Amino acid sequence: MCRNSWPTVFSKKQIAKILATLGLIVWLLLALIDISNIYQGSNNFFFGYSGLVPRGLLIIMFFLSLSFYHLEIGKSDITNINDLIWKIFVTGLIATIGSLITRYLLVVAQYKPALINKMLIFFIYDVNTGLLIIFLTSTFIVWKKLILYQKSKSLIRFWNTFEILLLLSLLLTFANYQPFDTIFNLILGLLVLLTIILSVNLKWVAYLNFKQKWKSILLIGLIMLYIWYYFVTISDLSNRFSLSLNLSENVTFLALFIFNILYAAFSILVLLFNLPTSSVFEQKLEEVINFQKLSQATNTKQDEEQICEILLESSISAVVASGAWLEIRKNNSVEKKVLYNKISEQRKNKIESDIKNHFKDKQVTPNPIQSSRKTQLTVDLRDEEFKSALILPLFVQDREYGELCLLKDLPDGFNKEMIEIIRSFVNQASISIENYQLIQEAIENERYKEELEIAKRVQGSLLPETLEKNSDFEMIAYSKAAAEVGGDYYDTYRISEDKIALIIGDVSGKGTSAAFHMSQMKGIFQSLSLLDLSVDEFIKKANKAVGNCLDKKSLITASYYIIDTNRKSIQFSRAGHCPTLYFNHQKNETKFFETNGLGLGILRNEKFDEYVEVYELNYAPGDIIFLYTDGITEAKNSKGMEFGYERLASHLEKYTLKPLEEIRDRLVKKIYDFCETQTPEDDFTIVLIKFN
Amino acid sequence: MIEISSKLEEGIYYIHVKGEVDASSSIHLDESISQATQNHKKILIDCRELEYISSAGLGVFMSYINELEDKDIRLVIYGLSEKVKHVFQILGLDQLLTIKSTEEEAKYIVDGI
Repeated sequence: MCRNSWPTVFSKKQIAKILATLGLIVWLLLALIDISNIYQGSNNFFFGYSGLVPRGLLIIMFFLSLSFYHLEIGKSDITNINDLIWKIFVTGLIATIGSLITRYLLVVAQYKPALINKMLIFFIYDVNTGLLIIFLTSTFIVWKKLILYQKSKSLIRFWNTFEILLLLSLLLTFANYQPFDTIFNLILGLLVLLTIILSVNLKWVAYLNFKQKWKSILLIGLIMLYIWYYFVTISDLSNRFSLSLNLSENVTFLALFIFNILYAAFSILVLLFNLPTSSVFEQKLEEVINFQKLSQATNTKQDEEQICEILLESSISAVVASGAWLEIRKNNSVEKKVLYNKISEQRKNKIESDIKNHFKDKQVTPNPIQSSRKTQLTVDLRDEEFKSALILPLFVQDREYGELCLLKDLPDGFNKEMIEIIRSFVNQASISIENYQLIQEAIENERYKEELEIAKRVQGSLLPETLEKNSDFEMIAYSKAAAEVGGDYYDTYRISEDKIALIIGDVSGKGTSAAFHMSQMKGIFQSLSLLDLSVDEFIKKANKAVGNCLDKKSLITASYYIIDTNRKSIQFSRAGHCPTLYFNHQKNETKFFETNGLGLGILRNEKFDEYVEVYELNYAPGDIIFLYTDGITEAKNSKGMEFGYERLASHLEKYTLKPLEEIRDRLVKKIYDFCETQTPEDDFTIVLIKFN
Repeated sequence: MIEISSKLEEGIYYIHVKGEVDASSSIHLDESISQATQNHKKILIDCRELEYISSAGLGVFMSYINELEDKDIRLVIYGLSEKVKHVFQILGLDQLLTIKSTEEEAKYIVDGI
């Protein structure tokens, strides 16, 4: 009746206050008019007992009260049904006490002079009328809320029809009609019919538990009593003192009476009939809540043990078990943990051996734990306390995770429904535990990833940031690891003003282990190159060092160079590394230096020294040395074809006159294009030196 | 990626290696060679179907060089493709291991005739 069209400047509370005040003013006006009529006679068309104004005021009061309760109760967010009923019970109680007091006054009034007596009767009648309107409208609003507890389109249509018809019937208040004539009966009959249709909407009953239902029955019973009391009081007063505004003969109020009392009666009946089944409903509700708890366990970061505890408690309450335990085996089956509930460890061990014996006797399975996924086992026990047991295994990530055992003090205590619900609990718990473990694994992996990222940064710093330079030559490099970290290595060291040491190496294997060996190689190079050794001495000493550092199956291939700008010579020794590619500018030809030599770590004794070979050459301007690792020559395309030595040599030949950067960048691009990927299968490294 | 089979024939232990030997699959090659060196003195490694070998794979052969000498075991590798043979050569392993091109030659060496 008052929708959201109220000015927004008023809060809901303020509007309610205004409505209450207005209601009081209207009631006072009504009372004043009634009392003044004693003096002025009662036949005035407008202000008489049954004049238009008192009738209008009554209707206004009715609307004000309805609006007030619509705001107070209808629009409120009270969702507890008992609270709603309690509200009208209290309203009814106060109104009834008020009415009883006035009735006592009526008894007193009989001994007073006639005029005061008449005034008192009028006053009492008005008080009762006001209280009745308050009580009827508040009950009406609460019943409306209960009827529309679970709405459907057709229900709302019925309700709206009922409300509109009720409104229209108010118009009859102004009409001169005889009570219980045809129109009166027709309208009343229609309203009662709608009341009956609406009164079957009692879905809220199902949501009350046993205790709440009893409480509701009591309260609604008393509310019915109040309504009945009012009906009797009002019709009694009207009949006794022949007051013209007889509410008991007003179709709207009569319909309201009937609606309120009928719905109350229906409610009590349905509540009564629902009492025996309410425990089942409560049980189901609790199961749902427990189920939800289990499935939400991972969201709230609960650990495995907490999930297990929820499972144990939920299962016990679902089947009303008299004892239970949950055995958990952590990642390895050695570590065992048992959660006990209403049972001691000794009793558990005894019952467990009983169960095992039971299976031994029946020769089903020697151990219920080893039973297959789908089986659940119920066992009758010959124990003095526990008579039957239900055993269910828990599986997490396809691994036997634990075992749930529920005990009851009745023989054959687990029915099919119980087993089903426990099984779904167990399954849900398994999923939750699995999720929890997966999250933990993901966190762990994230940590490893970070560690690798750190390793990558550290390794990046192992490769030189700037390479040695000289007026005689320039040098650039490029290195790419297949994984986060790799095993390729290159470095330079200035031995003296005109002597520069250079190394390129490749550690066998890939990834982290290769990266560790590569860092060891850096240590060997940095310490040995200090000593200004000849290239063969360097290789021999490096082999010794590598032999002491690396495991039996690891080896490092390397080539060591000393560039002497004074003598314009290059001395080098190859320790199993890819042959150096050299471009002779004068002859305009490229050549691989396939000298002898063994990889470092292959022979870990003096015999190695026999295989070390030194090669020396003089460089001229325009010459290019091309150093690389096997990641380049062995780079494969999707057909399994290798990049190979020829392709490498022809690439170099093509761009010999270009700047070093261009040669390098073009080669890197060519390799990626060849492999059709940006992520090579093996680490690869290029070092280019061009002489001026 | 790797298939390894072995057989004992006329007192010679054959290891047949097929596919690609890289860092991860080299473990299987290591296992079978280790098994062979425990009980046999004549070992032939058939690499006719070996398509690729990485330095980690070569590390396996390398790790047995001393043991072969100490125990006086004759181990001959044969049937290497040009490409794979080149890898052995670059590393210098061809100087330490006996590598032959055909089974007959390899058998000849193993039998010590």
